[in-house]
Amino acid sequence: MAVPKDGRAACVQPNVMRMETDDETLARAAVSGDRASFAVLIGRHYDRIHGLCYRLTGHRAEAQDLTQDICSALPAKLMAWRGEARFTTWLYRVVVNAAHDRRRRQAVRHKAAQGWGDWEIARQDEIAVQAEALDWLRQTMQRLSPELRDTVALVLGEELTQAQAGEVLGVSEGTVAWRMSEVKKRLRAMAAEDAK
Amino acid sequence: MTDDLDALRAALKAAPAPDPQAKEQALRLAMENFDRLQGSLDPMRLHQDRPQGAGFLTKVRMMLKTLSSHPILTATTSAAALLLGVALVLPLTKAPLPLALPKPQTTVVSAAPVQPLEKTQSEVVPNLPTALPAPKPVLEKPLPPIGRVDAGAVAEKAPVPAPEQPGGAVADQAVPESAPVESFAIAPSAKLAAPAMRMAGAVADSAIASAPLPNTEAYANAPQNPVHVTTEEPVSTFSTDIDTAAYSVIRASLNAGQLPPAEAVRVEEMVNYFPYDLPQPKADAPFQPSVSVMQTPWNPNTRLVTIALQGRSVTERPPLNLVFLIDTSGSMEDANKLPLLKQSLALMLPKLQSQDRVAIVTYAGSAGEVLAPTPASDRTTILNALDNLAAGGSTAGAEGLTLAYQVADQMAEKGRISRVLLATDGDFNVGIDNPDDLKTFIAEKRNSGTYLSVLGFGRGNLDDATMQALAQNGNGTASYIDTLSEAQKVLGDQLTGALFSIANDVKIQVEWNPARVAEYRLIGYETRALRREDFNNDKVDAGDIGAGLQVTALYEVAAPGSPAIRNDALRYAPAPTLTGSTELGFLRLRYKEPGQTTSKLIETPITPDAPETPEAHFAAAIAGFGQLLEHSTYLGTWGYDQAIALATASKGTDPYGYRAEAVTLMRLAQSLSR
Repeated sequence: MAVPKDGRAACVQPNVMRMETDDETLARAAVSGDRASFAVLIGRHYDRIHGLCYRLTGHRAEAQDLTQDICSALPAKLMAWRGEARFTTWLYRVVVNAAHDRRRRQAVRHKAAQGWGDWEIARQDEIAVQAEALDWLRQTMQRLSPELRDTVALVLGEELTQAQAGEVLGVSEGTVAWRMSEVKKRLRAMAAEDAK
Repeated sequence: MTDDLDALRAALKAAPAPDPQAKEQALRLAMENFDRLQGSLDPMRLHQDRPQGAGFLTKVRMMLKTLSSHPILTATTSAAALLLGVALVLPLTKAPLPLALPKPQTTVVSAAPVQPLEKTQSEVVPNLPTALPAPKPVLEKPLPPIGRVDAGAVAEKAPVPAPEQPGGAVADQAVPESAPVESFAIAPSAKLAAPAMRMAGAVADSAIASAPLPNTEAYANAPQNPVHVTTEEPVSTFSTDIDTAAYSVIRASLNAGQLPPAEAVRVEEMVNYFPYDLPQPKADAPFQPSVSVMQTPWNPNTRLVTIALQGRSVTERPPLNLVFLIDTSGSMEDANKLPLLKQSLALMLPKLQSQDRVAIVTYAGSAGEVLAPTPASDRTTILNALDNLAAGGSTAGAEGLTLAYQVADQMAEKGRISRVLLATDGDFNVGIDNPDDLKTFIAEKRNSGTYLSVLGFGRGNLDDATMQALAQNGNGTASYIDTLSEAQKVLGDQLTGALFSIANDVKIQVEWNPARVAEYRLIGYETRALRREDFNNDKVDAGDIGAGLQVTALYEVAAPGSPAIRNDALRYAPAPTLTGSTELGFLRLRYKEPGQTTSKLIETPITPDAPETPEAHFAAAIAGFGQLLEHSTYLGTWGYDQAIALATASKGTDPYGYRAEAVTLMRLAQSLSR
């Protein structure tokens, strides 16, 4: 076990207790350099990160990649964690932002591929994506706007309250409520369309 | 219909279990990165606030180790460019690095953001004068900041297919997967060749560690203007800028307890935020230039030339048609957005004249005319319409914009001035297929006489780059309103100036006299640079000056023989003759009277005995403050203490309290940067 480098880290209890230590304490210890705390923290939350990544991307392989990206960047990001939000809230925010970045980058790459006339690459991508897009969930999620998708993933998938989801997404509770009602509306419309 | 919702919930809950192998790999990667981050810590240090430079050296060592242990390097340009970066950085490892540099924390960080900036800009505002080839940073000899040299080298040496966008091109082509090209990107995915990934990670780490909490704001900015050698490039040309949005963004950020990102800082907008006591224009002239020359506060070996323009005030103006285009999307619901907007507009109404007319159009889901053109004197109707605005709906700005211009066209009448005022929190891109089309559209409408100004509200989503682009194309200003007092300033005190321009396409050109000025540097106006020949080309658009408004620009100049000269004399070029005119330079201004297509010229020499005024001192203090926030390399040991002292000493009467507020912000920035 690594020797804590910082006075603050020293107050974290030894291994046995650590499983019970709350996220915030672990995160603080990890920020000040405690390796073991960080290991516990990331081990505890890996599945949660992966779950949300899946719900945000609706794509297994992509979720796996995204989760790995997030894990590898987490040590550096954690340095920016100032403890003003609950750790899980902060973590959700990191995941949602990472998913946004990824979407944006994909859009740029897609554009770049077209710009270079490299349409074959784009076409192959398209085929691969479509093959995976056959299930209802992905189709449904794809027909929602990115904002609605994020909101649904947090509220329905992660079972956050509307206030918590708002905190993660940086919007008001009212906006989340509005978005959820919008989702219901869209679902109804989709169901009607499918019934035709 | 909760059935659908339940089905969706069930489907979402059934997320597949993570692949154990992938999990193990990701966790291992996380621990490795954690160790790398920690390994760079000086073991003697107890606190986290260590200079990032120290970590960077460790990372350079690790990069070298990794490089030599991997026999086959993926031969990408990124690898080549990064290698080059290493080669340039290495010599410094012998020196006690953290002490040798004025701002250790910023040196590494600047390596990463330099490119994303250019990229963001080139994506968002490709057609603007702002996206003109930004002057390449000069590689200075003394004290090169690591990040700058590194980034410059990458940008210059890598094959650049599109020379006008070096950063973007390199980023897109050479390192498509790696993180540093994104403003707040996750570390690179593991798919890249390992060495390249680690190196990129090393740079990205530091950028991420010091970045504020993630947000999706995009800023319009360009790298700081470099020092120019007068004999090589005697003429400096730029467009005026009376926007002040950057200052409000900086204030909001500091008040929220965070240093603003360096790319949010536009020095000229900070300087121009403050009213100065300047000589008024004579007779019918639209504005009066005045020049002040003084010793540069941060460098005793250079002089600071302040060029200020005072616009004519108008007592009588033609009646206005104002079309408010208001974003009522769901995200506008926060107290500092739509409610603040309503209060701001209510503040503005009493300032309008009875013959002015107001219409309100909203966009959110469906665009609609909320208030038909109404005389400004009918305050009750307007206030009621405002009160009934409610947020809810997704943003589709383009539709609303078309409708707003339609309404403006209906209101058009001879002798009236039309302006669309777009109020948004920046979620403007949603629903627009092609931002370029939008800008073309706005520019067309500008030529037909309807101008556009942008009011930004709220933080976290503000698309500063788009705001700037739209306002610049619409001959208007972009203002960022964060408090009611800011609304008072923008929509109350300076309303006439913001809505009624007295001179269009105002361009400034300074020709420096090589006998008196060996080197010069324009502080700010990076996004407003013009080509030399554009000055006389009346087709080239530039900034406008509103009634009673002011524009200030500062140059730092070094006399021949000054120890502050940064570029060595050329071996083969003849040395400039140091005789002749004593003038420092010659100032030329071009402007068009509103509605005219041919420009007029004002010329005045810049003499070394131009009076030194307290107003110029205050402008210098603000310019210094801006450069501190930008982590400028030109300030030496000059810091917040000196900026605060200078600003306090030159505060003057400060009737509105703006300057006192600036001093408070400097103090705040000082404690935040410790």
